Amino acid sequence: MPVREIGEIKIWQRRSTAVELAGWFGWLLLVALFVFCWQVMNHQTLWVFVQDAPRQAADIAGRMLPPRWSYMQRLWVPLWDTLNIATLGTLLGVALALPVAFLAARNTTPSIRFIRPVALLGIVSSRSINSLIWALLLVSILGPGLLAGIIAIALRSIGFIGKLLYEAIEEIDPSQVEAVSATGASALQVLDYGITPQVLPAFAGITVFRWDINIRESTVLGLVGAGGIGLELSHSLNTLAWPQVSLIFIVILGTVVLSEWVSAKVRHAII
Amino acid sequence: MNPRLSGTAAASGYPQRWRRPPFISRPWLRYGLPCGAVLYLILGIGSVEVNWLRAWEGLPRGFAFVAGFLAPDFLSRGADIRAGILESLTMTLTSTVVGILISVPIGVGAARNLAPPAIYGLCRAIIALSRSFQEVIIAILFVAMVGFGPLAGFLTLAFATIGFLSKLLAEDIEEIEEAQAEAIRATGAGWLQLVNYAVQPQVMPRLIGLSLYRLDINFRESAVIGIVGAGGIGATLNTAIDRYEFDSAAAILIIIIAIVLVAEYSSGAIRKWVQ
Repeated sequence: MPVREIGEIKIWQRRSTAVELAGWFGWLLLVALFVFCWQVMNHQTLWVFVQDAPRQAADIAGRMLPPRWSYMQRLWVPLWDTLNIATLGTLLGVALALPVAFLAARNTTPSIRFIRPVALLGIVSSRSINSLIWALLLVSILGPGLLAGIIAIALRSIGFIGKLLYEAIEEIDPSQVEAVSATGASALQVLDYGITPQVLPAFAGITVFRWDINIRESTVLGLVGAGGIGLELSHSLNTLAWPQVSLIFIVILGTVVLSEWVSAKVRHAII
Repeated sequence: MNPRLSGTAAASGYPQRWRRPPFISRPWLRYGLPCGAVLYLILGIGSVEVNWLRAWEGLPRGFAFVAGFLAPDFLSRGADIRAGILESLTMTLTSTVVGILISVPIGVGAARNLAPPAIYGLCRAIIALSRSFQEVIIAILFVAMVGFGPLAGFLTLAFATIGFLSKLLAEDIEEIEEAQAEAIRATGAGWLQLVNYAVQPQVMPRLIGLSLYRLDINFRESAVIGIVGAGGIGATLNTAIDRYEFDSAAAILIIIIAIVLVAEYSSGAIRKWVQ
């Protein structure tokens, strides 16, 4: 136990002096790095605009209120499209993520040396790139529309579902797998009776969780042309129709809250 | 199976074969769910209009993108890419640091076992506000307020960090081991001493882990919010894709993936060292 002695009196310390000094030095480095980054980041910032920000915010808020409620009747179809992007995208993502997860899990992969790293690389690439960027790419390849949004959501979901699912597969109880294979079951039967029942609740939970996130993400995909309510948001922003923007924000907020509630309920029921 | 055993089982009317129990135990839900799913799929897929001609025309561009991934072009837009990545990295670091500094007091305030009800409600409201909107939407508003550039991105990411970190920190504080807090309280410690000696040591490893995770998320998000003008590599990426320069776009994506990979591995190492 680190103790500091002043004459005869011993005083308890949490850490020894050297460790404490090293800690302070680390903090100093972090502060220096922060200041440096702040300087680099803001060398082109026009502070005149920033000083003006509160007035701008008040101005925008004034224009946003009250929301144009009559615009709602034109939002139902985009809202349905948004739900479709999220749900169909999640389903497609699940279909693609399932084999990837089984190939990536250490205990089910056919080859740890070759196939597992490829599957892991696929999961990491899918996870690192936001669905909005996937949408940007797919809109320029497939043209604007729902299809680009659905595929973008699916591509982003592979990494998320794949990662959580392969971790769940690696954490299963091996004794059940052993018991099933001891009856003379083939590899597919082991998968069916030994592994799937163990990961099915986790899988359902992960899927619903991702669906909830996808609803959130699909609301903005329209900004790059991939359909849904984001497209209306982009139109309203471009025409500076702030009362419509505020109504769209309210609709998005309601949808997100509702989907979060549904997802929490379903996950609670499963687990 | 033992024939005699199955014989007696058949005689007493028990089922002879084992059947696996269904995943969903309530029958109406078990059969209703697939029916509803099929109905939805018909409706949903029916409402997706696809312009197959346009998709067919885009096919060469798809191949160009795949080819770009195999032969990425780091050089011809090198200066823009370097500036964009630098902006993204600086935005990520500053916003994460500021976000953590703000979210620690809010997280403590949103923990039911430490804060009085009024402060608890206020902090939970701030968290809900920050969590309910996509980063991109917040970025649009901040760009409208402070103008184009990384400062808007910094504000966006810091704001989003608050909701994420405060919520998880508050949940963690609510789950601390009460015995340690009681022991500190029994020595006559005040509220600040309680937080410092009983709560902070218990939540610190997780707070560090969450902060590193958020650093990673903020970098990934910083690549996106540039699309709406909030600085960072997103603007460069957007321009590259708009000009159909798929080799430059692929180079940017590869850099993003590489940085995320490095961040993930080093944060794993740091977390192991902390615990």
